[in-house]
Amino acid sequence: MFLINCPFCGERDQSEFSSGGEAHIVRPKQPTELSDDEWAEYLFMRKNIKGIQFERWNHAHGCRKWFNVVRDTSNDKILSVYKMGEKPPVNYK
Amino acid sequence: MKNKYSVFSLIKNAFSQHENWQQAWGNPEPKKEYDAIIVGGGGHGLATAYYLAKKHNLKNIAVLEKGWIGGGNTGRNTTIIRSNYLWDASAGLYDHALKLWEKLSQELNYNVMFSQRGVMNLAHNLQDVRDLKRRTHANRLNGIDAVWLNTEEVKKFCPIINTSPDIRYPVLGGTLQRRAGTARHDAVAWGYARGASDMGVDIIQNCEVKGIKRNGDKVEGLETTKGFIKTNKIGVVAAGHSSIIANMAGLKLPLESKPLQALVSEPVKPIIDTVVMSNAVHAYVSQSDKGELVIGAGTDSYISYTQRGSHNIVEETLKAILELYPIFSRMKMLRQWGGIVDICPDASPIISKTNIKGLYFNCGWGTGGFKATPGSGDLFAHTIANDEPHKLNAAFNLNRFVSGDLVDEHGAAAVAH
Repeated sequence: MFLINCPFCGERDQSEFSSGGEAHIVRPKQPTELSDDEWAEYLFMRKNIKGIQFERWNHAHGCRKWFNVVRDTSNDKILSVYKMGEKPPVNYK
Repeated sequence: MKNKYSVFSLIKNAFSQHENWQQAWGNPEPKKEYDAIIVGGGGHGLATAYYLAKKHNLKNIAVLEKGWIGGGNTGRNTTIIRSNYLWDASAGLYDHALKLWEKLSQELNYNVMFSQRGVMNLAHNLQDVRDLKRRTHANRLNGIDAVWLNTEEVKKFCPIINTSPDIRYPVLGGTLQRRAGTARHDAVAWGYARGASDMGVDIIQNCEVKGIKRNGDKVEGLETTKGFIKTNKIGVVAAGHSSIIANMAGLKLPLESKPLQALVSEPVKPIIDTVVMSNAVHAYVSQSDKGELVIGAGTDSYISYTQRGSHNIVEETLKAILELYPIFSRMKMLRQWGGIVDICPDASPIISKTNIKGLYFNCGWGTGGFKATPGSGDLFAHTIANDEPHKLNAAFNLNRFVSGDLVDEHGAAAVAH
C-alpha cells in the first residue's frame, strides 16, 4: 500500500489506481508477420523485475488517465512518475 | 538411518525429557558436484528431491535454499487442499496430488495432520450457480467427488453461515468436495526434508543462487553464496522468485509476482469444522487445530516482492467474512502476513523442460500451490529424471504460451485457488 502521485490529480491512495503492468512493451507494427514465438513474447513473457521497474498505471477511480511510474518492487518506493509518450527517465536502469 | 517415529519412540524419549531426539535432517556443506540440484527448499522443492531419490534412484542430489526450508510460501499459505478443478488436465494433476496426500503421513512416517474436513465453495449469484454446477458435473466425469448443495444444505453443513436472502451477496448454494481439507504446512516441508535427507539428499540452507553457468545450450552448474557447484540438471522451484532465476539463464517466463495475504485470529473453541471458500467475495475461512480462524485474502493488483500486501485487500475480505459470519464480528485478528506468488496468465502452473538442456522449471502455481505439493514434486521429479514430462503434467509445459493451448482455469473454475 502506497501513495501514487498522479500527474493530473496529485497524490492519491494506491487503491484508486489499477496497475497496467510492465511499461514500454511496443505493440508489433506488422502483426500478421509475427511468428508464434514472437506473439508469445509480446503477449505473455514479462521481465517481472525485483528492483527498479518501469510500469503503467491507470487512475481508475479518478481522472481515468494512463501514465508511467518507476517503482522499486522490492520496497514499493516510487522513484519517478511521467506521462504517456514522454521519454523514460535515464537515471534508472 | 533415521529412527522411526512411533508411540514407542515417544514413550522411550519421554524418559529422557525428550532431550535425545535425533536431528530430523542434516546440515551439510555443499559438495563440488551433484547429479541434480533443486533450487528452492519449500514443500515442492523438497518433495521433488524426495521423489527423485525414492523413485528415480538418483542419490547425489542437493536442495539449495536461500533462507530456511519451508520459510517461504510453504509456511505462509492457508493450507487448503482440494482437487475440484474444471478442466481435465487440472483435474488429473490436482487429484493425483490429493491421492498422494491421503497416504502421505504413512509414506513419510511424519504426521502431516491431513484432515479431510471437506471444502465448500459458495455461489452468490446466478452465474456462480451455473458455473459451480457445471464444475460439479465436470468433476464427477473425471472421477472427483463433488456434490451441489442448495441453500438449506449449505446451512446444515455449516450452521454459522448467514443464509438470509437480504444480505449483499446472498448464499444461493454451493459445491462440496468431501475428500478435500487441510494439512499442517510446516510438517509437509519437514516430513519431506527428513525423508529426503534420510536417502542422502543434501539440504543446504542459507545458500542463495547467484548465477547459472551455461555452456551453449546446456547447463554446467550454479554460482551460489557458498561457491560454484557443478551439475548438469537443475530443477528450479522458486515460486515468486522464479523469474529472477530464469533471468540468470537468459530466459523470460510468463509470470507476474504479487503479494498474497492471509491472517489468523485469536484462538477460540471449535466453531467451523470445514473449509468455506467464496470466490465472488474473495473470502475463505477455516479453523486451525489451535483454534485460530485462518482467513485467506486476495492478491495485490501490482507486481511487488514485499512480503506484506495492502490493507485495503484485507479490509475487503474481512467485510465479506463479517457479512457471511456475523458471529465473528468481535473476533480479534492476531497476525497478518503476505507471500509472493507467481501468477501465470492462465492461472495454471508450469512443470516443464526449457530450451536449455538440463534446466527445468516448476513454477506459476500462483495462489494455490500448497494443495499440489506431493503431486507437483512427484511429476517434477519424473520430468527431471527422464527429461520428458509425465502424462499428467504434459499439458503444463512452457510451450503452451507459444502454441496457445492454455489450461485456462482463471475464468472457468475457482478464482481463489
